[in-house]
Formats: sequence, C-alpha cells, structure tokens
Amino acid sequence: MYTRIYLLRYPKETADQPIIYYLVKRYDVQFNILKADIRPHQIGIMILELKGQKENVKEALEYLHSLDVTAERLAGKVNRDEKKCFQCGACTGICPVGALYIQRPEMEVIFDPEKCTACGLCVTGCPVRAMEVCFDPATDGVDVTAPV
Amino acid sequence: MSDIEKRKIEKKKFAINKTYAEINARIKAGEAVVVTAEEMVDVVKQEGSVEAARRIDVVTTGTFSTMCSSGAFFNFGQTTPTIKAQKVWINKVAAYGGLAAIDCYMGVTETMEDDPLNQVFPGEFRYGGGHIIEDLVAGKKVYLEAKAYPTDCYANTKCKKELTLADMNYALLCNPRNGYQNYNCAVNFSDKTVYTYMGSLKPKCRNANYCSAGALSPLLNDPLYRTTGIGTRIFLGGGVGYVTFNGSQHNPAAPRGENGVPTRPAGTMMVQGDLKQMSAEWLRGISIQGYGCSMAVGLGVPIPILNEEMARFTGVSDEELFTHVVDYGHDYTNCISRDYGQVSYAQLKSGIIDVAGKKVKTSPLSSIVKAREIAEILKGWIKDGKFHLGEPVDYFPTADFSFKD
Repeated sequence: MYTRIYLLRYPKETADQPIIYYLVKRYDVQFNILKADIRPHQIGIMILELKGQKENVKEALEYLHSLDVTAERLAGKVNRDEKKCFQCGACTGICPVGALYIQRPEMEVIFDPEKCTACGLCVTGCPVRAMEVCFDPATDGVDVTAPV
Repeated sequence: MSDIEKRKIEKKKFAINKTYAEINARIKAGEAVVVTAEEMVDVVKQEGSVEAARRIDVVTTGTFSTMCSSGAFFNFGQTTPTIKAQKVWINKVAAYGGLAAIDCYMGVTETMEDDPLNQVFPGEFRYGGGHIIEDLVAGKKVYLEAKAYPTDCYANTKCKKELTLADMNYALLCNPRNGYQNYNCAVNFSDKTVYTYMGSLKPKCRNANYCSAGALSPLLNDPLYRTTGIGTRIFLGGGVGYVTFNGSQHNPAAPRGENGVPTRPAGTMMVQGDLKQMSAEWLRGISIQGYGCSMAVGLGVPIPILNEEMARFTGVSDEELFTHVVDYGHDYTNCISRDYGQVSYAQLKSGIIDVAGKKVKTSPLSSIVKAREIAEILKGWIKDGKFHLGEPVDYFPTADFSFKD
C-alpha cells in the first residue's frame, strides 16, 4: 500500500465543494484527515493522508490539481537540523505519531519525515530548536501549525 | 583517622593494587588498557572482577545533558577611564557583577531581560545564559553592557562593547553542580499537561521522562566516590577540566542498592575548566518549554581501576541500576516524598515501564549517543597519551560500604 501525507491548499472558490467525496468515489483511495481548516470565502488548508494503489493516488492528485487545489508532500516541509540535534530524545515523548522515535539498542533518535503530520509540537518541545516546519509564510498566508 | 589513611588500610584487602602513578606511567608509555563503561560490563562479566582489574587500567564514562547549575566567570577587560562594573549584561542577559571591578559570573538559567517568561504559557525561553556561553565558545561576538557608580579609582559609570571569547582576559567554566548521580523518572498524575525541567509530561501518567546516561554515567560507575574527588582531571565541554569539590546538594546518605549504587538522586560534582579550550559541540544552550533556559554540558570522568572493587563498580549494567518514579504533577512541587516504584535503566531504555499497573511510554532527556561519544573521545585521549589521570588531593563525603560477597 502506497501511503503519503499531503498538505492541500484550497482556493477561496472551492471551499464549498465536496472534493474529498469525489476523491474517494472516483479514485478508490483511503484518506485520513489529520487537520483541516476550511471556511467559506477563505483560503483553506487540509493535511491529508492518502493510501491506495500508487496509480490511484497519482490520479487523485491530478484531480485535485484540476480544481486548483495544490497538494504538497509534507515530508519535505519538516526538517531536523542534524547539526543542532544532540540526540537527547525529549521529542520522542512529544511526537504524537511516532515520526520521532528511538532506535534501540543504539538509543539513536530518528526522524521519519514520511510519518510526520506537521503538527509542530516538536518545534518548541526541542530543547535546542533543531526541528523546523518550513512553510513560506509570505506566499502561504496560512499558518499550518496553528491550532484550528 | 583521615580519609586518605583509611584508604591506605583498605587497600591491603585487595588482590589487585595499582596506583595512579603506575597507571599514568602506562598511559605515558602508550600501554594503558582503556575501555568505556559500556564495554566494561562485558569485560567484568566474562573475566570476573579480579582479572578485569588486572587487565584494565582505566574505564571512561560520559554524559551529555542539561545541567542547570552551570555558568562561567569572565574578566572582560578594563575601559578608559576605569570601571567597577556593578550591573553587567551580555546580549541583554544579566550576569552577576558583585565581584571585583571587571569580573562577572554568567549563570546558564538566566533569561533575557525582555523575555516574556511564562506570561504566555508555556514560555519558549529562547535565549539565556547557556546560549551566551555556547555563542562565545562558537567564536561569536557578544554585546556587553555594564553600569557602575563612580569612585576615585574607578571613574566610569557605564560601558558598552562588543567582544569575543578571545577578547576576554579570563573565562572559566564553573559549574557548582554537575553529573547528578542518578535522577528521578518523572511522570504526571494530574489531569493537565505540566511543563517541567524533566520535559513536558502528559496528564494521567501517559508518558515518563528520565535523565541519566545509566551504565555510562560517571558517578553511577564510582558510586562511593572512591576515585572521583578534588583534583580528578576530566573531559569538560570538549576540553580538559577538573573536579574541584563535591557539588551542591551532594548527598551520599541517599538509599543504596546491594551494589552500593544510589537508587535516588545522590552525589554531585563541582567542575571547572578553561572555557577558551572548550567547544560549542559540547556546551549547548537549552530552552525548556514552560520551564526556562539552561545548558547541556558534556562531561566525561575517567575511573582508574585501582583494584577489583573498582572493576566491579565500573562493570555495572543498566539492569543493575535503578531509580524511582516520581509524580511531577503534584507531589514534587508540594514536597511530598512518595514514589510509584523502582525501575531499572534497562527497563527505562526499553521504551516502556510499568507504573501503578499501567504500561507507560518512556523518553530519555540525556543523550546516550553523545555520552558514548564522550567516553570514546576520552578513551582516545588516554590511549594516545594526551591525558593523564589526576589523583584526588581530597575526597567527597561518602557512605560506608563493602560488597557482601
């Protein structure tokens, strides 16, 4: 099963469309809404996990694109500064999805960007601020990590 | 009878007796056998403590974690006319100026003057004394401001200057309490998240945080302070430092297991060293959400294997090291001495412990990866003959102990 987490940005005009319904019905993908902030006449965001055949996920993304809904992989948006991180492990108790975890027996702290949902809890939880969620605020206009 | 005389008498009962001078001669000749405290576990298991003591000369330990009772003395140079600085700030973080004219002490938990602290809870505490020390050792320029009242010999009333660590006349890392011998495992039984120096703890005991390098930790390998004393030469912040006294809150009377190792916070060390030799890799400014600023300190203590007792002490494994589970949601803050049972460091490192009949996920706050690296670096220094052991000129207060078997 192919699993990817995407950040979707809805233009103002599509906020009232049942997009996710069509996504499932037409492309047979499983979805999990990790976060959504969509309001009438506003740019909306949704963090969506998609599971399914790779082909289906690809076509589902094309469908989104045709509606001017942009879909970006979250994996590239959250980074760990490897120079700053000193492998203490404090983040492993904070991360709600296990994207930050301890590898045993080495006790190494691993960051798996594929599991990350960009909740942002680790950013202030890290004692040396090694975690960064880098969405460009100038062009985005929406704070992805802000609580809904 | 003095401590030193007592130690001389005790020496007679061992099968193996080595002196600091003998071990240092072997280090000088490049013949010293050095292993890390993690490696020593298997050595003692396989060879027994007498054979291990015969073969191994030094065991190196390491720890890298937040150590709040840390800071540095600076002498920042005179101005024209001269100044007797009374209030001092470096990058808007206050240093203590109640010393001679241009001496000050920067403590690592000091926050910036305009830090919102916990007014918006939990506060971020982005920059403080520890960050200044890190910036200085990284070679960065800092901005120093001082205020003073004028005297006939010190006429200046204020001073502002930019300077680097190289510009300081003197910079001494001086940490009154480092390397706590054991520490509590923290949980939270209250119904709201608490933000503590032991990290953020979820309500109703949904996570547990612990902070010790376990089998690699300096004082867990020298539980009775037999070789770690005043004058012990150590790895400190990437450079060479010294143990200069027992640390504040040093408590040798804490309860101990059959192996002599405390099962609660017990001994501590005061350490010092020339900051100019140190590196920003091993002194890191820390921001603990909702709690404050601090600094992570890299510390490594070499333990000479003078006899089979020291071999046995240093052979201790995570399975034989224990701590207690303490509630930081209510008990700790209200000075209630209650605990939720004893857990081993092997259990803590496994990722799950049992607390009050419930499985709880654990997270470390002390870097095992870096602790191991420090023990390896110190091992390398000793093997290369670059680092010799310092024989203590005096010892910490300790407890009576001998192995029963």
